[in-house]
Amino acid sequence: MFYREAGQFKSDYGADQAIFPIPQDRYVVIAILAFAFLVVPMIASEYWLQAILIPFLVFSMAAIGLNLLTGYAGQLSLGTGGFMAVGGYMTYKFTTFWPELNIVACFLLSGLCAAGVGVLFGIPSLRIKGFYLAVATLAAQFFLVWTFNKVPWFYNYNPSGTVTAPPRTILGVMFTGPEASAPARYLLALSIVVVFALAAKNLVRGRIGRSWMAIRDMDIAAEIIGFRPFQTKLLAFAISSFYCGVAGAMSLFLWLGSVETEAYGIDISFQVLFMVIIGGLGSILGSFLGAAFITLMPILLTNTPQFFGFSMASDLQKHIELMIFGGLIIFFLIAEPHGLARLWQIAKEKLRRWPFPY
Amino acid sequence: METLTAFLITPFVEMAEYPVFFAEVVANGLLTGIMYSLVALGFVLIFKASETFNFAQGVMVLFAALTLVGLQEHGVPTWLAIGITVGVMVLLAMAIEKVMLRPLINQDPFILFMATIGLTFFLEGFGETLWGSNVKRLDVGIPEQPLEVPLGGDFMLLNEFDLWAAGIGAVMVLGLALFFHRTTIGRALRAVADDHQAAMAVGISLRTIWVVVWSVSGIVALVAGIMWGAKSGVQFSLSLIALKALPVLILGGLTSVPGAIVGGLIIGIGEKVGEVYWGPLVGGAIENWFAYVLALIFLLIRPQGLFGERIIERV
Repeated sequence: MFYREAGQFKSDYGADQAIFPIPQDRYVVIAILAFAFLVVPMIASEYWLQAILIPFLVFSMAAIGLNLLTGYAGQLSLGTGGFMAVGGYMTYKFTTFWPELNIVACFLLSGLCAAGVGVLFGIPSLRIKGFYLAVATLAAQFFLVWTFNKVPWFYNYNPSGTVTAPPRTILGVMFTGPEASAPARYLLALSIVVVFALAAKNLVRGRIGRSWMAIRDMDIAAEIIGFRPFQTKLLAFAISSFYCGVAGAMSLFLWLGSVETEAYGIDISFQVLFMVIIGGLGSILGSFLGAAFITLMPILLTNTPQFFGFSMASDLQKHIELMIFGGLIIFFLIAEPHGLARLWQIAKEKLRRWPFPY
Repeated sequence: METLTAFLITPFVEMAEYPVFFAEVVANGLLTGIMYSLVALGFVLIFKASETFNFAQGVMVLFAALTLVGLQEHGVPTWLAIGITVGVMVLLAMAIEKVMLRPLINQDPFILFMATIGLTFFLEGFGETLWGSNVKRLDVGIPEQPLEVPLGGDFMLLNEFDLWAAGIGAVMVLGLALFFHRTTIGRALRAVADDHQAAMAVGISLRTIWVVVWSVSGIVALVAGIMWGAKSGVQFSLSLIALKALPVLILGGLTSVPGAIVGGLIIGIGEKVGEVYWGPLVGGAIENWFAYVLALIFLLIRPQGLFGERIIERV
């Protein structure tokens, strides 16, 4: 009935180690998933799916990836956009090279490519730390985007330099390309994100996640008690880049349909970093909350004045939006530096004592 | 084999064959480098005193330049406009200290870094709301004649403006050095940079120091804004030079003023020489990432940058 742990006894370790040990949490998550899978595709309009829900899913995926690296393993990275570009462009290459290959398999293959690139650019993390590393990862960002711009092989010598998602079907349903319906793309994106979020959640609860956190909290101490910093850090870069790569592939194939390299620019890297920090470093839930906040905020800001019947010059409105956006970020950091996930935790603790707080 | 020759030998042959052209490229690189250093200086000042990586420095450059141009457009004489802009930057520093830094005392540097990115958005919107977003011409009366400098029987083309920029940069570095080493407040600044708590324990007010540091870096931003604005017009892209200043910073070391200068010069020269001699081989436009890769290679050898304080880790 109420949100209580009292009286919920567990009789085996499995139940105690479950991802959601409290049944109420479990029910809520199942209800949300059921709603997202069954109800949303039926009721959501094209605009909602295309402008809000699909980008939210794409960015959640990228934010989970970056959170694994920055939040769990403690390596600040500004190369997210570059790794996403690897995913997007390599998926394009794979699927145009082997058109009969399942598109999801292409996503995963390109994720592996991104992981390889991530490892390569992760090597400096062994010697460089903190902000030095952040700037070093910017090298990845600029270099990768430049490469995809300049090497025509990556966009199949297309004179316009853009890559367009070709139509691909799974089991007779079209999921990518201009003909694919928004609900189909949404469902595919949702499935991928759910599977990978679950994988990430389990990853960070296990041995690998603990070794990452040990490295994050103090790498010398972690080394002394037997974690190998080289393998651990590179693994973090690999897995994080894998997630970012799949997110990049999703953004090309399931969201935008056709991109140039600008779609993977430095702005995207910063946006994803914002999501991770506003959502909460070191929290999978936080990645979702942050992605929701950052994707929804600009849309909300754009529509609010119209809703109240104000009309402004569009560039003035854009500037004011920027101001409010910046102000809100500072406000949130001051109000809760540990992110939205922490707010959620506090709310849960309050809920536990409700309605009789002491 | 041919590719190897094209990469490893031909550029050097070209350099040796046309020394005057090479000297011109290097000189151009040097002068661009000084401009980068000007921006990087602002970062270093703030990093030293508050261990915050102030991403908003680029936008502060834009904001200062926008304010100056805006005032000029309203018919304020240049010297007065500069004075008012300095005042505005000081006010801005006070506001930042009060609203943003004070509540975030003792937070992780990550968080402060993100807050300065928030500040970036805010200032960008604010500046453009106040003064409009169209490209503006900034003219503070620095001459822009091309100069011919004799060099070994030939002439080398230089822009007088760039020389002025170099001179102003040098004066600023000298001024900052004197300020840091000869004034009471400069000493307090260095004390804060060394150890926040120890500085507070001997009675240095951290808040005053922060206001001073942010004001000084605001003024540095104004100078950078004047130079860049006069060179390429005052517009939004001005704030993007912050991204150019980052490799300069890590190359020189985040905490070192001379590092910012030397780093700027190295990056400036490396970028220009790389673009002219190796750029065409790989399709051009390598300026975007060349500086970063250069800095990355440097860092692999010296993780704290050229002049940064040695990173000592303890458990």
